[in-house]
Amino acid sequence: MKSTLSKITAVGLGLGLLAQPALAAPVAEAAAAIPNPGNNAWMMTATILVLLMIIPGLTLFYGGLTRSKNMLSTMTQIGATACLAMLVWVMWGYSLAFGDTSYEGTLGSFISGGSYFLAGTDMSSTAATFTDEVISKYVFISFQMTFAAITAALILGSTAERMKFSAVMMFVPIWLTIVYFPIAHMVWAGDGLLFAAGALDFAGGTVVHINAGVSGLVLAYLLGKRRGYPQEPMPPHSLTLTMVGTGLLWVGWFGFNAGSALEADGSAGLAMINTFVATAAGALTWMVVERLAGHKGSALGFCSGVIAGLVAVTPAAGNAGPFGAILLGILSSIVCYFAVSKLKAKFGFDDSLDAFGIHGVGGIVGAIGTGVVYQAFLGGPAGEDAASIGAQLLIQIEGVLVTIAWAGIGTLIAGYVVKLTVGLRVDEETEVDGLDIAEHGERAYN
Amino acid sequence: MKFIIAIIKPFKLDEVREALGAIGVAGMTVSEVKGFGRQKGQTEIYRGAEYSTNMLPKVKLEIAASDDVAAQVVETIQQTANTEAIGDGKIFVLDLASATRIRTGEAGETAL
Repeated sequence: MKSTLSKITAVGLGLGLLAQPALAAPVAEAAAAIPNPGNNAWMMTATILVLLMIIPGLTLFYGGLTRSKNMLSTMTQIGATACLAMLVWVMWGYSLAFGDTSYEGTLGSFISGGSYFLAGTDMSSTAATFTDEVISKYVFISFQMTFAAITAALILGSTAERMKFSAVMMFVPIWLTIVYFPIAHMVWAGDGLLFAAGALDFAGGTVVHINAGVSGLVLAYLLGKRRGYPQEPMPPHSLTLTMVGTGLLWVGWFGFNAGSALEADGSAGLAMINTFVATAAGALTWMVVERLAGHKGSALGFCSGVIAGLVAVTPAAGNAGPFGAILLGILSSIVCYFAVSKLKAKFGFDDSLDAFGIHGVGGIVGAIGTGVVYQAFLGGPAGEDAASIGAQLLIQIEGVLVTIAWAGIGTLIAGYVVKLTVGLRVDEETEVDGLDIAEHGERAYN
Repeated sequence: MKFIIAIIKPFKLDEVREALGAIGVAGMTVSEVKGFGRQKGQTEIYRGAEYSTNMLPKVKLEIAASDDVAAQVVETIQQTANTEAIGDGKIFVLDLASATRIRTGEAGETAL
């Protein structure tokens, strides 16, 4: 607040040379923090970069991985899910996650309230950042809105090619309410359970990636395998589009990670460079592991490595030095490679597009690894008063376990509610003909 | 008259077409086909899931030729499409009972 005050006074003095009477007004209003336009402009940009990750980034990434008969269904489910999440967010989501009213005691660790339908918010409202600066509250609400939207959309990677559109539309609001909003509050709100415990999650390794991955896995289990899986070949119908989507996700991820600094400051700069180098390391590592396993370095391997790197660096973005981030990208790619190519086949679940295998597993590697790369000896930003590496690791693991348990149980409840009412899965004929023609009356390619 | 069907590797198509043009073949029909022979397909791997494709893409040429050039056509294709590796394809020759040019109604070798 001190720096804001002095800035406003300086502006007031400058104006004062031109018009003396104007001097009194800005000083009198200095008590209310004014957002720095530079920070506001960056956060608006970051917000729409996250939208770019969803549409068309994720739609193309996932769409290309499905069979051509399910292309439109995959993309439309993602788009509609994001839209629904945006509306739910302004109605009650923001209030539950970051509302103005903090509850006393246990309840306050899990949710907040008081801002239903954005009550009490106007153009002059501001939201706190990690320093004395503030940003416009509408910008903060929008930024966090895109996080809720993409997390819900990520789940659809596990359920692709067999979940009914109506089931998706019913599942999403229930899931957001009982799973996403409480977890976002726990990890990011000042009085949240895991935030208060000291868990480090810069941009959503737990809230977004572990959450979406575990929820996807549970929903895939409730849905059952796709018809013909795994005997029938189900190769991706367009790795070209998957590659385009991967590029858009990477670009958008700078809004996601660097935007999570909530300001255009050095922390955002650190998150930016980490989002470059961890991803680069992840992409190349995946291809190297393919070679070591006796296969060819593949385009899909490249794309998968990009996502594995991005996911792992998400919680570490502003919590690691560039070389710690590279280590994390390498580790995540190796672990995710084995998760999707070996582990998945052993367990026999049908996580269609590997939302769990990459977002869930990479998220766990990133969340726990953040406790290590945060340390000063690895170039991380941990200060003198930071928790010891052992203590920090325990907190990180606690965060991961709470997220897995909450997401798993919450998704089981939301999934069963949908299963027992509208039903989760399309009928056999729809699945054979493809969801595009059967559920939407269109074909992607004519 | 003979009807010649040749299955060749797709990348050899332009070369074969030029060589046949040089010996005076005036027309042919080309289609993209899939099949297998002694060459047994290939393996594709997507995130560890292995799919073996047992059908490989080939190009099929169909050429109607008069009796006196048929042998030369077969020889030209055999030499041009040859890479000395398995999967180069096959050439089949059938007797052709009749041929008619739709525009003029001409029949027999003049229609070729």
